[in-house]
Formats: sequence, C-alpha cells, structure tokens
Amino acid sequence: MPLTRSLFAEDLAQDEAQPYLWTLNFGPQHPATHTTLRLVLKLDGERVVDVIPDIGYLHSGFEKLGESLNYNQYVTVTDRMNYISPMANNVAWHMAVEKLMGIEVPRRCQYIRVIIAELSRLTDHLLCLGAMGLDLGAFTHFIYAFNPRETIYDIFEALCGARFTNSYTRVGGVMRDITPEVIQMIRGLLAEMPGVLHDMERLLARNRIFVDRTQGVGLLTREEAINYGCSGPVARASGLTRDLRRDEPYLAYADFDFKVCCAREGDCLARYRVRMAEMWESIKIIEQALENLPAGPVNVGPGARTILPPKGAVFSTIEGLISHFELVMTNRGFEVPCEEVYLATEAPNGELGFYIVGDGTQTAYRARCRPPSFIHFALFPHLIRGHTLSDVVAVLGSLNIIAAELDR
Amino acid sequence: MTIAETLAALNERFASLASSEFRGQTRVVAPAESLYDALELLKNCCGFDLLVDITCVDYLRYRGAKERFGLVYLLANTQSNERLTIRTPLDAAEPMVRSVVGLWAAANWLEREVWDMFGIRFAGHPDLRRILLPEEFTAFPLRKDYPLQGLGERHNFPIIRRAES
Repeated sequence: MPLTRSLFAEDLAQDEAQPYLWTLNFGPQHPATHTTLRLVLKLDGERVVDVIPDIGYLHSGFEKLGESLNYNQYVTVTDRMNYISPMANNVAWHMAVEKLMGIEVPRRCQYIRVIIAELSRLTDHLLCLGAMGLDLGAFTHFIYAFNPRETIYDIFEALCGARFTNSYTRVGGVMRDITPEVIQMIRGLLAEMPGVLHDMERLLARNRIFVDRTQGVGLLTREEAINYGCSGPVARASGLTRDLRRDEPYLAYADFDFKVCCAREGDCLARYRVRMAEMWESIKIIEQALENLPAGPVNVGPGARTILPPKGAVFSTIEGLISHFELVMTNRGFEVPCEEVYLATEAPNGELGFYIVGDGTQTAYRARCRPPSFIHFALFPHLIRGHTLSDVVAVLGSLNIIAAELDR
Repeated sequence: MTIAETLAALNERFASLASSEFRGQTRVVAPAESLYDALELLKNCCGFDLLVDITCVDYLRYRGAKERFGLVYLLANTQSNERLTIRTPLDAAEPMVRSVVGLWAAANWLEREVWDMFGIRFAGHPDLRRILLPEEFTAFPLRKDYPLQGLGERHNFPIIRRAES
C-alpha cells in the first residue's frame, strides 16, 4: 500500500525545510507491532519528532457484515475483533442486542457472563503485560504470563468447545450451561493465579531496566485522557476513575465487591501497574461469582421466543423443532423494534460499545462497534512525540493495540 | 447537571430540539446548523466532557425515514456518569457539518472514519483523509447503496511485483 498522496506532499515539504530529519518506516510487518499496523516516524537522531500512524491493513468490513448477518450469526464476527478476549466481545454484542429487544437474561446467565468476561480480562491483561515485557527485553516474563493463558483457553474449550473463537453467547442466554467440571477447572485456575501474578511482579515490577524504560514515558494527563476519549486501563492510569462495571453496573457487577484500580502518573509504568492490579480484582470477582452462582435456568425460557433451543432438543423432540423453526424461519424470528440503542461494557481494553439500529427484521440495520483500540491508537502520536525511538515499543505495548479491533 | 436540566438548557438555547427516550437512553435530535453550538454547550456548560463515539447511519432503505443520513454523537459525563446521544439528520448530496476536533481531540479519527465510510465532510477538520481504506478508493462502503461484495475493488486491486518495484 503506498503512502497517500497528501502525506507524501507533506513529507517532502518538511524534508526540504528540515534536511536533518529522516523518516523511518515501522511496520506493518514488524514483530513489535504485534499485528499489522504501520508507523511513519520522523526522527531527529534517536528522537521522535513526529509520527504518522497508517492503519487499515486489517480492515475487513465487519460493520458492513453486521448488516447482512442476523443477531445470532454476527457473534462469530465479534470473536474476530479483539481476538485476545473474544468472550468479552460476545458478551458486549449480545447485551446490546438484548437491550434493543428488551430481554432480561436470568441471574445465572448474568453470573456466567461475568465469569467469562473476567476470565477474558485475565487473558487480555496477561498477554498485554507479557508482550509489553517481551518488547522491552524481558523474555522470561512473557513465558510466565503466557502459561496461565493456556489454562484459561482449556477452560473455554471445556465450556464451549472452542479455544479462541468462542461465540459462546446467544440472544437471551448462552450456548451451554456451565458444568461442575468447568467450575472445578476455574477453581484450579484461581488457585494457580496468585502464584503467577507474584512471579510476574517479582520478575518485572522492580526490574531496573523495565522501570527505567517505562517510568515517565508516554505521559498522559487526566485532562488529556478525557479530551482524547480514553477509557479502561489507559484512562484509569491517568487518574480518571471511570469503570463502567462500577459506574453503570451491568450484568451482575453490582453484587460483587471489587476495587477500581487507578494511578495518577499516566505513564507506561502506571498503565502496567493498573493492569496488574486489575487482574487481582478479576480473580476476586470470579471467586465471588463462583461462590454465589445462582441455580435455575441459564437461558430465557422457550416461551419467550428469544433463545434457540439446545440442539439435542431440536433433533429429538417436536417441541424443540418447532421452537427452533419459530426463530430461524424467514417469516418468524425475534421481535425487534425500529429503534436505536448504544450499550457499552468495560472490556479489558476499555469501553467496548455497540450502537445498533433495529429495523424490525432479523438483521441489524447498522451495527457500529466502538472499539477502544481505535480511540487509544489515535492518541499514540501525542504520547510518543519527544521520546526516543526505543520508547515506541514501550508506549505501543502499554496501550495494547489489537489491530483487528482497530481496523475491524 | 442532570439529564433533565441539560435538556432544559438545550431547549432554552435552541428553540425546538426534539428529544426522546428509549430503554433509559436520552436522545436529542439537533439540526445540522445548531449541532456545533449544541455540542459546545453540552461540553462547556453541561458537563458532557467525554466524546464516546461519532458514527453515522444511512437511512436509505429504512422504513419511514425522511433524511438520508443520521450523524450520531455519543457523549458521556465523567462526573455523573450520564450519557446523551445527539443525532443530526443530513440530507444533502454532499453532506457537510462543522468538525468538533476543536472541542474534543478524540473526534479527529472518528470523523475521519465517518468520512471514509459514509462520505460526510467535516468542515475545519485538520486532516480529513481516508483512514481505513486506501486513498485511491472512490466509494463510501457503509452507505446502503454500496453492495456487500464491493464493486470489484478487491479483484482489480493493483499488485506491485518485486521486479516492478
């Protein structure tokens, strides 16, 4: 992909005026960008004078697809947005759809959704922090962080049959109830996690090299965080105490006791610390949810005509077959109002929201995703200006940019 | 300010802003000419300091729709945690509204994405280029008259071979 014409013109004009500057192309295929994104850096020796982010390499038209896939089918596409924490995307999408249709899911389903959302927060933060350490030269730390992710993916596999692209939620419920075996596995993970987090902290939190490379790098003040629309750990590391789990309690988050982790410094180290602290809170939330997991149905009843029946019932009973066809036949289906809703959730990366326009059919008229990575990457030139070239990876790692979500 | 006070302040300043509520969300419809002033008022006087999202909906095939586009601004208040949706109907052949980059830096990329996908221009935007699609792209793919499978852009995309580069 060539640089756009306007960028070229701008570059050439600047180069003539400042012949000592040189331009460095970073990405799109560079290991430290993690995924496909590109930065055109203008350097004065080692110092970054300016940076032009160039994105769109992974644009796959997810929002256009949302206008042709029905409300249950589209969940498979949300898996592919932030593929580090697909369960959180599933939950966000179907919560938005349920808000549009006015469906209230049972308590057990809410608890299960909280558990999987927090598990995906763990996977996301583990990968983000592991990769951040990796980029700054701490390879061992990456392995320590990656190991428990394997356990979490095993849990997801036992829960829904897929490790990465889970597509676990459905309109009005989830694909399958949580089983005692899965609960046992989650308890095993919870027993393992404190040791992992202590190991990670001991490896990195006071590591001289890591602290020197992250402290005071990529400073973001509270006012700037608001002005740039930041959310999630990035905003909280700058002192903006905004956490949708506490401020706009959705699902069953109002039932749990957890802290909103914040820092004042607003640098890369603060973002690292906030993510680290959030994992402890996630463990607490999962523990409480497992302790108090309500009994009862996991899905909205078949009478409400909102949830697809289990496949076993479809193939073996006439009632199951009828209620299946009541939902999938072209002249049947969900009752969707001609309205517009926006629903935001606190995804691991920040505020993940869906703006859905319903038009009475089984397909969203418009399915806008508000991706946290997109908002946070717009901030990148502001954070890196004046720092050195080696700080690019530190800042990039601390923002946790997922290009599939960035470009959609 | 609460939502009710905000709506009162908006109605006091701008004569007839239609507002509605659906599932606990308040929406205000602001005409394009008073959009910037309304957003400025909301940001500076009513405490809606966080721009959550800017998006657009093409109502070409929407039953009962009068205007072609609806430009949607999602705002939030970081103090009271309230949210407000501002919608602006746009119906020109080449729709244009005033950019809000001066109010929120977050609007920069969001407005570029709306331009990229819907072809709505933002007057006063510092750098209104396509963001997700290549600059050579001519269509606006999230418009409803653009087919799902594209107009052959993918098939005809120029490939530079190593020998030619």
